[in-house]
Amino acid sequence: MKSLSVVVIGATSGIAQPVARAYASRGATLFLVARNAEALSTTASDLLARGASRVETMLADVQDSVRHDEIVRAAKGTCGSIDVVLIAHGVLRNQQEIDHDVEEMLRLFEVNATSVLSLAQRFGLAMESQGTGTIAVITSVAGERGRRSLYTYGASKAAVSHFLAGMRGRYKPLGINVLDIRPGPVDTPMLAGRPQPLIATADAVARDIVKAIDRGWWLLYTPWYWRFVMAVVRLIPERIMMRLKF
Amino acid sequence: MEQSPTSWGRYPQSHAACIVDAAWAHDVDLSRYQSVIAYGLGRSYGDVCLNDGGTVLRMHRCDRILSFDRQTGVLRAESGLSIADLLRIVVPHGWFVAVTPGTKFVTLGGAVANDIHGKNHHRVGTFGRHVRSLGLRRSDGHEHRCSLTENQELFQATIGGMGLTGVITWVEIALIPIASRQIEQESLKARSLGELIRLTDESDDEWDYTVSWIDVMQRGASLGRGLVMRGRFHEQVDGTLSGPWKGPLLRVPVQGPSWLLSPLTIKAFNAVWYNRQLSRLSRTNMDLETFFYPLDGVERWNLLYGQRGMMQYQCVVPSDGGEDTMRRILSTMQGGGISSFLAVLKKFGTLTSPGIMSFPRPGLTLTLDMPITGRRMFDALDQCDRIVHGVGGRVYPAKDARVPAAMFRAMYADVIDRFEASIDPAMSSSFWRRVTSSTKAIS
Repeated sequence: MKSLSVVVIGATSGIAQPVARAYASRGATLFLVARNAEALSTTASDLLARGASRVETMLADVQDSVRHDEIVRAAKGTCGSIDVVLIAHGVLRNQQEIDHDVEEMLRLFEVNATSVLSLAQRFGLAMESQGTGTIAVITSVAGERGRRSLYTYGASKAAVSHFLAGMRGRYKPLGINVLDIRPGPVDTPMLAGRPQPLIATADAVARDIVKAIDRGWWLLYTPWYWRFVMAVVRLIPERIMMRLKF
Repeated sequence: MEQSPTSWGRYPQSHAACIVDAAWAHDVDLSRYQSVIAYGLGRSYGDVCLNDGGTVLRMHRCDRILSFDRQTGVLRAESGLSIADLLRIVVPHGWFVAVTPGTKFVTLGGAVANDIHGKNHHRVGTFGRHVRSLGLRRSDGHEHRCSLTENQELFQATIGGMGLTGVITWVEIALIPIASRQIEQESLKARSLGELIRLTDESDDEWDYTVSWIDVMQRGASLGRGLVMRGRFHEQVDGTLSGPWKGPLLRVPVQGPSWLLSPLTIKAFNAVWYNRQLSRLSRTNMDLETFFYPLDGVERWNLLYGQRGMMQYQCVVPSDGGEDTMRRILSTMQGGGISSFLAVLKKFGTLTSPGIMSFPRPGLTLTLDMPITGRRMFDALDQCDRIVHGVGGRVYPAKDARVPAAMFRAMYADVIDRFEASIDPAMSSSFWRRVTSSTKAIS
């Protein structure tokens, strides 16, 4: 039997690593994309030692959208039929940090949103004829409501969630599941120096992600309580929301 | 502000000025720090892993395996990899760590920096003997590859070097082959210290792993009565290697009240523990986790010691006259009102470590956990130091939170100058400042 084949974009990120490890321990074939050569090769050797049957890597910056087709082609080359593609790259900036640097603000949107739409769409097209597979994308609970402290980041995640909802309708009949992963704050290097309440471990979030992919869920709040927190947050009237300081 | 890292004894209290999580071992840049110490999983008991007022560089995220040869059992990994995580990967392929401490929640970096030992010291020596090479990031901006043939002095200073020679970025170790996860264990009852030491000597010839638990609450002829435990891996392949790992069974939710581990409860516990085994000899087969890591089943058990925390005292004294020395140490502790339910005696073998500051020496080693009580306890331990030093013995920095500077220098007088030459100027720790603060000599 062919081993599970998994593509991970942003493979050196804090959440992607434990997810990739879970697949490695199942003996999966992994195709990893990241932009830091040393971190990428370290990740690859780690996954091999943890049981991956094969690991291929590709060094690429996701902002370089002309290379997106190349990424998909190389991934297909390694995996043949792709069982799972996890799009996990992203950057976090508080609004305050980019408020006066609009170029930087747009760059954040490009990394978190534009490049994700491009990759998700291209992988969708490439997987269309497979009749099976999962396109899983890490968005955020921050994408559900606009908040003064985090609105560019929130908007970038909202854009992706919206896009995925549409994609899901298109790909569902073709047997391809589109999963929107919405974590709360996770203890990863992305959040270094930003103390948070209710912070989850990356391992716990990764376990949830793998479970959601296995079971064919299309929306995941992780850890689980965010589902209920967000159900309440969605009900807050805008006239109150705009007065909130966070 | 994040909570400052603590050591396992939760004593002394310490406040790091800055806590940094290293994401990648290859990214560690020491030029940014004036005073920094690497921190793994905080299982050392005293202050070797603390840096009051300085930077603590947490390494637990740097846990990638860089290579693992399933045929030869050579594994290289970033220094933040825990033994727990490592075992999950190597045991199914028939490998085990050559040296393991009593908990699997230690990192490779910590194992090297403290040059840890296990129940098989008499067979294989310390952890450092099984390190083939390591990477050391220094404040000169370079990562130095160190082994017995390359940067040898730095290699030897780093093994048992308490993290002071730089930040250990990766470690390459040689594993040992095992055919099964099952351990054949025997437990022998010893009615006195003399009998216990004699049984240990006998056991060391035949068994790979030996250790004794002693009841330190006994006086007179029964002083040092206890159980000698000896074990070895099953040599037959029995299909257990890919068996499951246990998660923690319990988690101590909050700090315990101070009466919980008081002399009275400890005395009662010890009596029960000693008398639980009725026969002189008990034989059992058990999984390696039960044998090596009995306390790992209870997460955060150190909180049971309550607000004031606990301390561990570990010393080694020469075998010649060792029984008499142990008797003096134990009586001194009793005189100081020290009570312990985790008192362990072990005989170190003659295999030497490459580590300059490595603690083990041939002889008897005694380890006691104790709740921190007060002045009397500290005075008694000072007295124990003098007994230990008097016979040419020493205490273990990884467990220490109190040895006076002059005493430490005296105990390590033969090696400390050589070691100091390899310390990186950017590295420091609460421990090191404490033991180098005074120059008053001890003769």
